[in-house]
Amino acid sequence: MSLADTSTFAGRLDDLGVAVSTGPPAECAAMVEAAAGEPAVGVPLARSGPAAFADSPAALPDRVETAPTTADLRAAHTGVTAASLGVAEYGSVALEADAAGTEPVSLFVDRHVVVLREADLVPDMPDAFDWLGPRARDESVDVVFATGPSATADMGGLVHGAHGPKEVHVILLRGEDAADGSDAAVDAEDDQ
Amino acid sequence: MSSDAETGAEEAAATEPADNPDREAKAERIRELLTTEGDAVAENTRGFNEGRYESTGRLDGYEELKDEARAIKEDAIERLPDLIDEVRASVEANGGTVYLADDAADANRYIREVAAERDAERAVKSKSMTSEEIEVNDALEADGVDVVETDLGEWVLQLADEEPSHIVAPAIHKSREGIAELFAERFDPEDPPETAEELTMFARERLGELIEDADLGMTGANFIAADSGTMLLVTSEGNARKTVTATDTHVAVAGVEKLVPTVEEFSPFVELIGRSGTGQDVTSYISTLTPPVDSPVPDFEAADEPLADGSESDREFHLVLIDNGRMAMRDDEELKETLYCIRCSACSNACGNFQSVGGHAFGGETYSGGIATGWEAGIEGLDTAAEFNDLCTGCSRCVPACPVGIDIPWINTAVRDRINRGEAEPGQTDWMFEELVPDEEPGGLDLATRLVGNYATLAEWGHKTAPVANRLANAGPVRALAERVAGIDRRRELPEFARESLVEWFDARGGPAVPADEATREAVVYPDTATNYVDVGRGKATVRALEALGVRVRVPDLPGSGRPPLSQGMIATAEAAAEDLYAGLAPHLDAGRDVVAIEPSDLATFRREYERFLPAASYERLADASYDVMEYAFGLLENGADPAALRAPSEGTGPVASGQRIAYHPHCQARTVGVSEYATATLERLGYDVRVSDTECCGMAGSFGYKTDYYELSVDVGEPLVEQFGDTDRTVVAPGTSCTEQLDALLDAAPRHPIEVVAPRE
Ligand code: SF4
Repeated sequence: MSLADTSTFAGRLDDLGVAVSTGPPAECAAMVEAAAGEPAVGVPLARSGPAAFADSPAALPDRVETAPTTADLRAAHTGVTAASLGVAEYGSVALEADAAGTEPVSLFVDRHVVVLREADLVPDMPDAFDWLGPRARDESVDVVFATGPSATADMGGLVHGAHGPKEVHVILLRGEDAADGSDAAVDAEDDQ
Repeated sequence: MSSDAETGAEEAAATEPADNPDREAKAERIRELLTTEGDAVAENTRGFNEGRYESTGRLDGYEELKDEARAIKEDAIERLPDLIDEVRASVEANGGTVYLADDAADANRYIREVAAERDAERAVKSKSMTSEEIEVNDALEADGVDVVETDLGEWVLQLADEEPSHIVAPAIHKSREGIAELFAERFDPEDPPETAEELTMFARERLGELIEDADLGMTGANFIAADSGTMLLVTSEGNARKTVTATDTHVAVAGVEKLVPTVEEFSPFVELIGRSGTGQDVTSYISTLTPPVDSPVPDFEAADEPLADGSESDREFHLVLIDNGRMAMRDDEELKETLYCIRCSACSNACGNFQSVGGHAFGGETYSGGIATGWEAGIEGLDTAAEFNDLCTGCSRCVPACPVGIDIPWINTAVRDRINRGEAEPGQTDWMFEELVPDEEPGGLDLATRLVGNYATLAEWGHKTAPVANRLANAGPVRALAERVAGIDRRRELPEFARESLVEWFDARGGPAVPADEATREAVVYPDTATNYVDVGRGKATVRALEALGVRVRVPDLPGSGRPPLSQGMIATAEAAAEDLYAGLAPHLDAGRDVVAIEPSDLATFRREYERFLPAASYERLADASYDVMEYAFGLLENGADPAALRAPSEGTGPVASGQRIAYHPHCQARTVGVSEYATATLERLGYDVRVSDTECCGMAGSFGYKTDYYELSVDVGEPLVEQFGDTDRTVVAPGTSCTEQLDALLDAAPRHPIEVVAPRE
């Protein structure tokens, strides 16, 4: 991770119409609170992202149902999951289709709120595939690189939300020891 | 004469073209598609094409990435049998199964078995050309399985019972209004959706319900890594994700050519595929699945159960790898490169003819666009390929567009050659023309093909017998005969042959004018057929311009380059021409002379196709020594020649007062070989104000517009040029003969070669 990657990543997300909130892990719940619509379902951070989340103060707010039934999923407006990796150059986030349900929770909803650690940003696609290769071979992972919302131009104009989410919101967690880690820069505008 | 007899004569005249019903039917189909689908296709494909230029332009190292992608495919196809073994092992280790199907029937039988074992009532599919290829929908439906396409465009086509018209955007030929009508008719909704947003949400809801209780999920695969069994799926809508996640049985259908050795090798393709196809930097979703996937299967029937209950899901995965002719293509020198294709559609979007009539005119059974010839020839056979192979004019604009560097026009030429040979049946009326068509091809070849292919001989004959030939050529009865027998459209004005050829003029004025000891360089001006016998003026201008810049010029009598027979798929004739021309040029090359081409398609032949015809050393020697005339002039100026020797705008250059303002249409093949910008640079250096057209092709490449079947299409392809230059008061210049004729017909502009503008006056 470098500053350049973070600003490239944020710039790309901006081009894609993806809102970004940046803050320290301790502010994660507050940022998700602000970004998620109602009702919200989610996958606990330690179960959908990198193992590092297990010891992190980052958490989801209580109102996010983290043991949803299929009915909850169907009724949900927002799904919250972690991402394992971000690709700065493209504004992509890597979501793992894991047993905890990251894939359906990020897909069968109108808004997807993604939690990503700044430390997990890589500059470009070759880095992403270098990361993926050994894991695909050794652990048979299933990873979706999602870039912006679902889109189609098949119906005579560009529309978001063809099958997947219409909106995406990225919560980018700064490193623990970041200089001004106490002030969360929450800039979510489209919370309801 | 009785009035009855007159009526009889009129009837005979009216039914004249009926002796070639196939040709008429094809022309009729093209006219119909131009009016029904042309506008929607044009708007979409041109939009995609512009997007490609913008998106690839932003990418650092685009050319290196293309080289990398190509190298990966070359290597993978080389090692294909090993990769198949390897992927079988890795998929089985993951708990899935691999089935290698010989052909469509074999694949369908296997897939039906899987569906039957799982008691599947509904299968949902994410768009896959390979499953179109095997027509799996019909096979499953015969067993009572409801098959639903989940790609929005594909679903629209399924509702309308139509075929895809584009590789990545199957329904681009349908307008928003057309889709709204279709939905209203099929579903009779209370509040019929109309806007793009409403239509999309309507489709999302309908499809969402169908996906929720589907039993079987079918996808294609863009790539498959042999080392891990990971497959890459690229979509924007998310339908492939839903198809895989919502169903417990996943059947992926893919051609064997989709295998690459490792996951890391996905990377360049991920960066190239969206940019090449629709101009998206990356598509919204790039799924890299190593199935069976780990996601829990949402059970929408038992909706109150926890989504993830911690138990292992009983997901099943079947990878059906399809041969269906591909392994044989791998052993076929000409068709092999087709297997490198990543189905991005850049070649279709860059194609002038495709932009006008779309995939329904182009398409074979499954694939469409330029590369479809290779696919259909390999998968379905020559007959299917023959149906649309003609629509490739060899303009070559798809070549730089293709992210894996496939020489698509060459595949078309090779297939055309096979069709020529396969279809040849003796006994046609071509005995009349036998002397004019002294080619190397089997007798009985379609006469239009042979006439165009033997253009060099025709033109020489026309020149020798001008003015009789000129008068005859444009006389009504001859044109009617030419149209009926050879398919040469009578609406197209034929070129007028010159009485004195360029070579004769040059000899008559006494050979080289610049003495050897004063010359900066020595050059051979290549008297191509059109310049030598028809448009001698541009040849004279070339000689004047180069001499003014201090070059000792020769114009020897040389044979044709082979470009016309090549455009007709007459490879043996073209190859013989290449050898003859090289023999004629060799002494000049030995003497260190440069070769200057006036007609860009000839230069493109030297630099591209001759690689296939000449020994490597000869090819390189000629390619290195030959230049486009404007490229050559630019190089001379760069190396110190005096620009004052050429004509600058102050002197006025044309009939219009604003003679310093130029509208320049670069030739398609000149763009492909990267020499088109030298005309702009030279003109600008001399002080001209140049506006350059960005159309890929004017519509006359391969002198396409002469053929009566394609006359309307050729005119339609030229339409963007009319839009750009139609009411310009600029002096119009174009270096290609075909472009000149097209512009002349469309704009009434009588364009000139750029060298004619800058050459000193006679
Ligand atoms: S031939 Fe090349 S440009 Fe055409 S679809 Fe295939 S990869 Fe794309």
